[in-house]
Amino acid sequence: MKNSNRLASGGLIDRAKPLSFQFDGKTYQGYAGDTLASALLANNVQLVARSFKYHRPRGVLTAGSEEPNALVELRTGARHEPNVRATMAELYEGLNARSQNRWPSLAFDLGAVNSLLSPFFAAGFYYKTFMWPAAFWEKVYEPLIRRAAGLGKPPLSDDPDSYEKAFAHCDLLVIGAGPAGLAAALTAARSGARVILADEGPMLGGRLLSDRRIIGNQSGLDWVKAIEAELGSFPNVRIMPRTTIFGVYDHGVYGALERVNDHVATPPAHEPRQRAYRIYAKRAVLAAGAIERPHVFGNNDRPGVMLGSAMRTYLNRYAVVPTKRVAIFTSSDEGYATAQDLINAGASVQAIIDSRKDATISAPKDVPYFKGAKILRALGNRQVQGVEIELADGSTRILDCDGVAMSNGWNPAVHLTCHQGGRPVWDDKTNAFLPGKLPAGLSVAGAAQGHFSLKDTLTDGFRLGASAVDDLGFKAHAIAAPDTDPESLAHIPLWRVKTSKGKCFVDFQHDVTDTDIELANREGFRSVEHMKRYTTLGMATDQGKTSNISGLAILGEASGRSMAEVGTTIFRPPYTPVALGALAGHHVHKGFRPTRLTPSHQWAEEQGAVFMETGLWLRAQYFPKKKNESWLDAMNREVEITRSKVGVCDVSTLGKIDLQGKDVGTFLDRVYTGTFSTLPVGKVRYGLMMREDGFVQDDGTTARLSENRWLMTTTTAGAGKVMAHLEFCHQVLWPELDIAFTSVTEQWAQYSIAGPHARDVLKKLVDPQHDMSNEAFTYMACGAITICNGIPARLFRISFSGELAYEIGVPNRYGDALIRAIMKAGEEFGITPYGLEALSTMRIEKGHVAGGELNGQTTPRDLGLIKMVSQKKDCIGKHMSERPAMLDADRPIFVGLKPKNPQAKLTGGAHFLDKGAKPSLDNDLGHMMSVAYSPMLKSWIGLGIVKRGRERIGDTIRAVDFVRGTEFEVEICDPVFFDPQGERLRG
Amino acid sequence: MHYSVFSIISQAFKGQKDWKPVWRYPEPKAEYDMLIIGGGGHGLATAYYLAKNHGYTNIAVIEKNYLGSGSVGRNTTIVRSNYQEPGNIPFYEHSLKLWEGLEQDLNYNAMMSQRGVLNLYHSDSQRDDYARRGNAMMMHGVRADLLNREQVREVVPFLDFDNARFPIHGGLMQWRGGTARHDAVAWGFARGADSRGVDILQNTEAKQIRVENGRVTGVETSRGFIKAKKVGIVAAGNTTRIAETAGLRLPIESYVLQAFVSEAIKPLIPCVVTFGAGHFYISQSDKGGLVFGASLDYYTSYAARGNLPGVEDTIEEAMAIMPSISRVKLLRHWGGIMDMSMDGSPIIDKTGIDGLYINCGWCYGGFKATPASGYCLAHLMATDESHPVATALKLNRFETGHVIDEAGTGAQPNLH
Amino acid sequence: MRIPCPFCGPRDSQEFSFLGQTGLKRPDPNAPDAQKQFHDYVHIRDNKAGLTKELWLHANGCRSWIVVERNTLTHEITGSEFASPLTKEAAQ
Repeated sequence: MKNSNRLASGGLIDRAKPLSFQFDGKTYQGYAGDTLASALLANNVQLVARSFKYHRPRGVLTAGSEEPNALVELRTGARHEPNVRATMAELYEGLNARSQNRWPSLAFDLGAVNSLLSPFFAAGFYYKTFMWPAAFWEKVYEPLIRRAAGLGKPPLSDDPDSYEKAFAHCDLLVIGAGPAGLAAALTAARSGARVILADEGPMLGGRLLSDRRIIGNQSGLDWVKAIEAELGSFPNVRIMPRTTIFGVYDHGVYGALERVNDHVATPPAHEPRQRAYRIYAKRAVLAAGAIERPHVFGNNDRPGVMLGSAMRTYLNRYAVVPTKRVAIFTSSDEGYATAQDLINAGASVQAIIDSRKDATISAPKDVPYFKGAKILRALGNRQVQGVEIELADGSTRILDCDGVAMSNGWNPAVHLTCHQGGRPVWDDKTNAFLPGKLPAGLSVAGAAQGHFSLKDTLTDGFRLGASAVDDLGFKAHAIAAPDTDPESLAHIPLWRVKTSKGKCFVDFQHDVTDTDIELANREGFRSVEHMKRYTTLGMATDQGKTSNISGLAILGEASGRSMAEVGTTIFRPPYTPVALGALAGHHVHKGFRPTRLTPSHQWAEEQGAVFMETGLWLRAQYFPKKKNESWLDAMNREVEITRSKVGVCDVSTLGKIDLQGKDVGTFLDRVYTGTFSTLPVGKVRYGLMMREDGFVQDDGTTARLSENRWLMTTTTAGAGKVMAHLEFCHQVLWPELDIAFTSVTEQWAQYSIAGPHARDVLKKLVDPQHDMSNEAFTYMACGAITICNGIPARLFRISFSGELAYEIGVPNRYGDALIRAIMKAGEEFGITPYGLEALSTMRIEKGHVAGGELNGQTTPRDLGLIKMVSQKKDCIGKHMSERPAMLDADRPIFVGLKPKNPQAKLTGGAHFLDKGAKPSLDNDLGHMMSVAYSPMLKSWIGLGIVKRGRERIGDTIRAVDFVRGTEFEVEICDPVFFDPQGERLRG
Repeated sequence: MHYSVFSIISQAFKGQKDWKPVWRYPEPKAEYDMLIIGGGGHGLATAYYLAKNHGYTNIAVIEKNYLGSGSVGRNTTIVRSNYQEPGNIPFYEHSLKLWEGLEQDLNYNAMMSQRGVLNLYHSDSQRDDYARRGNAMMMHGVRADLLNREQVREVVPFLDFDNARFPIHGGLMQWRGGTARHDAVAWGFARGADSRGVDILQNTEAKQIRVENGRVTGVETSRGFIKAKKVGIVAAGNTTRIAETAGLRLPIESYVLQAFVSEAIKPLIPCVVTFGAGHFYISQSDKGGLVFGASLDYYTSYAARGNLPGVEDTIEEAMAIMPSISRVKLLRHWGGIMDMSMDGSPIIDKTGIDGLYINCGWCYGGFKATPASGYCLAHLMATDESHPVATALKLNRFETGHVIDEAGTGAQPNLH
Repeated sequence: MRIPCPFCGPRDSQEFSFLGQTGLKRPDPNAPDAQKQFHDYVHIRDNKAGLTKELWLHANGCRSWIVVERNTLTHEITGSEFASPLTKEAAQ
């Protein structure tokens, strides 16, 4: 029974390329050019899916991206994709698809029991029930609902395919390559404008692929081919098939998804599966066509019930007769065209049931024809087996058929016009919602504008293509629309068959019926938005493309309002669902964000360093000597060697800003709390920077390299923010200052050499003309020097570790060589590299503030740094740092914390309570900001803030860490644990 | 009309014919004791609690669109009380407690689902920050659990534990947090308020707050002047526009925040998960859609729609923690207007104009606050005293310096 | 969204960071009501629904602070210029 529904000839499929595919484990055959839906129908597979709520059997309703029913799971393993529209999935050899949301099988689905319970499951049912007993919601009801809900199964392993992001620019973007779009693109292209023509399908032509039309003196298909050929000859035209414009964003930015390789089994090597574009278009013409409306009657969801336009698509484009004995239900003259096409294909038209009493069109010969008649219900379960109709005189009868073709007029595809807040407007003449306020630069052509006849769409396309590019200064030559074969489009929409028997579906996918809408109205959900949200109409994966308008009409009828009064909801992007992977592009896994590597990274890797993330940077955390040395042992060793001999650490990640100009000193006085204008050349000073709201934002040192040249360092985390802040201060607040500055963070590699032998190591590197003695190059000195025979370098005698220390900077390209040179020079002194753990321990031993303390919630006063705030001048943040709450004596203040038991492992984030105090917010004294094990003190130590901490030095309080389950007694102490006099750094 | 097992069954057999409207469409009276401007979640909750707790029934809520048309119907439905700052903790915990009894109280199923809120951390310092927060919660008796990597893996095994740019080190879990059905919250409060006599005036726009001699006298609306002794501004993203008509200038800016939902898939994500190396949060709705969001679109806007960079950033963050959803499709994205305050925390206070009260600055977090926000504003309007859990949410805290800055990012609303 | 940078031309908004309302004058620290003025300067904004002038930094571009005239109801942009009057002058 191969392709029992396939016509012997015709269609746009390639009969030379048969393809085999699987659906629910059974193998079938189709042809290149088929979609999964057309191939299934060719094989007379009518039942393809189960509905969301009632698990009703469903077939193929449409032939396009509006399909609400025929959703399947496509591909297997890691390429498994849920909720794929069979009507859009192009067939390829070996395609494997499965039905979803059914158990145990599609034909026999136990979930269909829901249908029996449907008297309970009316709209809004959930809100009224499942409340008793209260505890049952999470435990019983919700798991049941959740299991029943959802459609396809989620994929569970990583996607083996890749995705790309791309950018494209054009003068005119044409959305949709039907007759209107082709006409618009052609006019614009001939003018020389840059044109992008995008269509969601694989072929250009739109409805001309589905209906046999005449344009001028050629067939519609030949007309398409001719235009496609001409467009293809222009270098200024880019044709993008399989590309959906999914969203309209501000200022002519359009989101597009190109399905580069969804039509093959797997993407070829080095090609993405899909590509997400931002298209920057000066103008756009929306020529997205229209979507035919279904009728709302009893059991209108049975497999075999199909849109008339879809039936013509299957007949003409795919050479498939979906069902062989068809009843036509029409409220439009178009039903007669469907009937004629069916007859031409050799199918039987069992009857034309025209809801219009006064239809003037005549039926094809020998076709039973009922004017003013309606279908009350479809018979059959897994496929239509007849219809019960009501004639104009009220009598009913049963007609035999295996399919129904519905034609009820068209809804213009106005979706994209809503993305900027435009609300479609009801038009009584066309019986359709037409585009409302349009996004700037966008015009709408053809059926999307309610101009449904072929002649009108062509006219629109030529005209709007021309006016769009004329606007941009091109000279478009007017093209007159050729004549087309006659067509008859008269229609009077029938929003529902009120006398229906059985469930009448409005939203097929969400199982929303006409009575659900009536119920919503009865309960007061009269606004369209309320009705939509209460019934979930239009909220399924198709966003109500086939259902919304009928739903509004029924709401209007139920509430006694006209369509215009009811109004409509608006469509949101994306037009059709977009794979998340496509919008992430290559930003996955390690590529999520860039990784910044320090100049010594390669060397550190060679040493077996363990790295950690600090923002985007990877920095060495510690350098284990042996493979299994723990971080704590390694850190202790690195600190001990640094403090007793010498250590080296890569500090290149600190932000570095080169400032020049005669007013730099003044500028720094305003942005730093301290005074810098008095800093002598060749000296460095510590600086604290507040935000204007009086909280500390960053700290660092600034060196005066020469009279008018300064170098600021910032914290690693603060580098970007400080740069932007300084630029704001200069460009916006004080543009009159004579300064210029730029970030040089990445231009300079910088190492800290610390420890009693720091100078000895350095002396071996620094060229001999420089006097490195303690007297000549004092603590906080800086200068330009040369090292290793003439390599330019900057030297700063500053210390974060509390040791005799220097930071030496060289142009980045020497960074790798310098770390190797330092290590070599230091070998005889027993030098160790040290990582962030040791760096952090040493700064905590010294009571220096860093990330944990500079958390944006602390003031200079909180941090015990009030003496850093000059009282002789204003600076950013000074006023706001003196607000009453910030001077409150009860405000937690910076102190050191020492556990009574030195081995008690303190933890960051613990809170403080007095002995005997119950946990409460009132009793909360503050929290631990940073902790370390101090190898020098042989004890854990911490830094934190404690209410009235400075007054309570020597007191014992509790560090309570509920979430880690620890509690230790700690003594409040001075934050400087080691070398409080600072003798070592001056040595 | 009370919902019960009996009413459900009997209506099922009557074809659902006898359900009554859940709210009325009343004509505005000339005068009310109190007027609430804004028929979103907070405004409706305020009216509900004014009626229920304080016995005020001659009150009205005015809403320029349909009730629940603002952020209450646009958010990502997360409910939690995992705050760090002492000014916030009692308030949000009070809110969570109200959530826990809300369905029984309202006789309306808002589908509050306490499935847990898990904040992932990706570094030692972030772990300590989360410990700080968890311990602050525990100080107030709010349970928090610090999970290590393996414990996180047990809850959400499908996250990327092996190849992530920012590896998952663990997470802070509040099991009592979760999600609720957003629209139902608005509808439930509206139904509860309406049944107690509150007039909910939909499609009624507040044009001008009338103030005479430093005292509020009523509100000019699109349906005429309505007199009132007390007026509460509960207008979220439009707060400053309304307040301006009374001459108030506020520490608030309005920004776009986008929200996202995927197609419905079978159950995957058991709880709310947030990404610590970004600003991303995700959960799965009862219908099966993945509901998620991330940072603001970072520019001020009243347009309630965002742009592609925000869309892409958000989805990159989604893929950063769970790349397995690569082939799941985005169904819809939309925007809402966020009333971002200067410290990222809300304001429920008097205004300096007698009889005029404000409730604003909800930033990203308004949904979870809905019950307590209404509860506390009702308390303030009825008694002229701040409710004990809302004493820190003062308007003048920016002058005094008692700011409640959870993120420590300062007076820059788009960084909170 | 595309921001017209006066130096670089129109660029995707992703290249920019947003600060907020422009035209705020940093108060004179010596004014008698400086504390109040600073409070307003730091915290109080017009938050206009409609045409605004606002500061953007072309962070991933020329690093100019620019003033953009934009409508917060529609996102329509009607102009931009350098924030620094000196740069503005030099550009002309």
